Amino acid sequence: MRMSKIVRTSADLLYPFILIFGLYVVLHGHLTPGGGFQGGAVIATSVVLVIVAWSYEDILAMLRKVVYKAQESAGLILFIGTGAAALLIGFPFFYNFLANSGLLFGMPAPPGPNPGELNTAGVIPVMNIAVGIEVWGGLAIIVLCMLSSLARERT
Amino acid sequence: MIPGFITQNSPALLIMVPLIAAFLCPFIGKISAAARNIWAVGAMALTSAIAFLLAFDVYSAGTRVYVFGASAINLAVPLDSGGIPIRIIFTVDAMSALMQIIAATVGFAVILYSVSSERSHSGIESYYTLYLLMIAGVMGMVSTGDLFNFFVFLEILSISSAALIAYRIDKGTAVEAALKYFVLSTIGAMVILIAIGIYYGEYNALNIAVIASRMQFTLLDQIALVLVMAALAMKCGSVPMHFWTPDAYSMAPASITAMLVVASQASLYGLFRVLFTLYNVTMNAATVGWIIITLGVLSMVIGVTMAIPQKDVKRLMAYHAVSQTGYMLLGVGVGLAVLGNQSLMDAFGYMAMEGGIFHIVNHAMYKGLLFLTAGAIFLRIGTRNLNKMGGLGHNMKYTMIFFIIGALAIAGIPPFNGFASKLMIYESVFAFNPILSIIAMVVSILTLASFVKVFHSIFMGPKLPEYENVKEAPAPMLIGMAILACIVIAFGLFPQQVVDTLIVPAAHALVNQGAYISAVLGGA
Repeated sequence: MRMSKIVRTSADLLYPFILIFGLYVVLHGHLTPGGGFQGGAVIATSVVLVIVAWSYEDILAMLRKVVYKAQESAGLILFIGTGAAALLIGFPFFYNFLANSGLLFGMPAPPGPNPGELNTAGVIPVMNIAVGIEVWGGLAIIVLCMLSSLARERT
Repeated sequence: MIPGFITQNSPALLIMVPLIAAFLCPFIGKISAAARNIWAVGAMALTSAIAFLLAFDVYSAGTRVYVFGASAINLAVPLDSGGIPIRIIFTVDAMSALMQIIAATVGFAVILYSVSSERSHSGIESYYTLYLLMIAGVMGMVSTGDLFNFFVFLEILSISSAALIAYRIDKGTAVEAALKYFVLSTIGAMVILIAIGIYYGEYNALNIAVIASRMQFTLLDQIALVLVMAALAMKCGSVPMHFWTPDAYSMAPASITAMLVVASQASLYGLFRVLFTLYNVTMNAATVGWIIITLGVLSMVIGVTMAIPQKDVKRLMAYHAVSQTGYMLLGVGVGLAVLGNQSLMDAFGYMAMEGGIFHIVNHAMYKGLLFLTAGAIFLRIGTRNLNKMGGLGHNMKYTMIFFIIGALAIAGIPPFNGFASKLMIYESVFAFNPILSIIAMVVSILTLASFVKVFHSIFMGPKLPEYENVKEAPAPMLIGMAILACIVIAFGLFPQQVVDTLIVPAAHALVNQGAYISAVLGGA
């Protein structure tokens, strides 16, 4: 049950833009409103858009459940792994060992009004990214599973 | 012998190990089924080992505080925070350690059992993932010293249990039970969240120790108390909020039902933690104590009377679980009713609480055992209807022995553990109010009557033709049951040692609010 060609083409065109906007919300989670969950949800809406425009059978080749399942677990592992990494270097669980270290996301945050320094906040952006990956996968899986049972009922 | 790294970080590892194992489980499952089973059992064994290690530490060296994300493990109050703990803190005292021991023991027995009981089902990766999440939820709930964190772990536990209850779809009946459980849990969790909001608005803190030290018992606190009590009493399945238990307990796979019992008791722990640590004597302990006693007596009587006419063996056991929860509420409720009166506390209050807490441990063991035997029977004959069973004692000898042990323990027959804790409850409650004690004994007799009937209809009689070739349950399931059965017998034979080493410190930790506060906030 696919929609008209206009809808399908515009959905295809919008897909990368929604994806990029979602990734922006995820990456800037520590600076602007939003964060991992919100960004992940935005990305998942792009999946929903494509599903609505095309049919379940059409998108199965493009959006694979296995990938989303793997993404879901990988995001969670990245999250808990970041927390656990602090243990390995001798700090308590979830210690922010990257902040102000000069490494990845390790610059000190500039005081006063500023446009926002992306390279700050230590493990918080890492965890935002992890949550983003997880929510992206998780919500996409939920939509795909609901659709698969609908598709089964129709046949 | 054991690296300092592990002992130092054991409260965090207790959550971390099951979480990491859970999230890696789908990937390991891609390699092979055997690797996945070894992975899940290994992770659970490691979690149990950490729980025992931590419990040993707590019992020998006192309350452990673990601060997440701080620069040092015990930096509960950062120097620049103005005396408020701003981070998530795990506060593991003797009571928490006791609950961890329960979860670790039952969790390990159940996962061994699951290895063969779930073998022929699909989607086992998700089963183990959710199971390990459930363990993480229980462990977090009983260790955390932060109310909001408690809510988070409660939700982790509810969501994973709801998914596991629906695991055997069973033409939609299991899904219906899971939906019921899920809706009720969510309502309960939201109610708790409102109460947490009230505390936060009032005291600017989420840490249990901080709120406890500032508790004034205003009208708002009374509202919050009612909300928390109602939600957690619902989660632990006490009458009149017990209606989800028969559905959820009977439709879940037997292994999950055994863990659901532990989950209910984690909620019971939450209830006691709020009553004793958060409020303690600032509230009118006698009134609240009597409310808890009333809930307990109602649960005992209604649970057991509802159990007698049941024909579904797991439904029957579920109603007995409601009834046994009543004993715990009764014991601890009596302790709460005389809280603050030192002479009455010494005379029978502590003993009633010890009885109630001991019953939590015992109940988790024998009820878990009973549900596992019911699962073994279901696996072999494919029905839970008591009228269709009979003569299974000829073929399932070990299962029968384990069932006898569990049934006698729940009925409070010596030398099993149920007797030890029930006797403590009878004696101490008799000193408080003889009528309550008599009700408790009558309920115990009804329990025995009910289980005699069940035992007879499952195992006794001649071999039925349709069950001619029924085999004994597979070995891993028997090992899982044997672990619990051994504990049931050991706790029944040496109750005094168990009470002295495990239960008395837990009961005192619960009553002693000052010690809990000073463990987190320092000598204030």
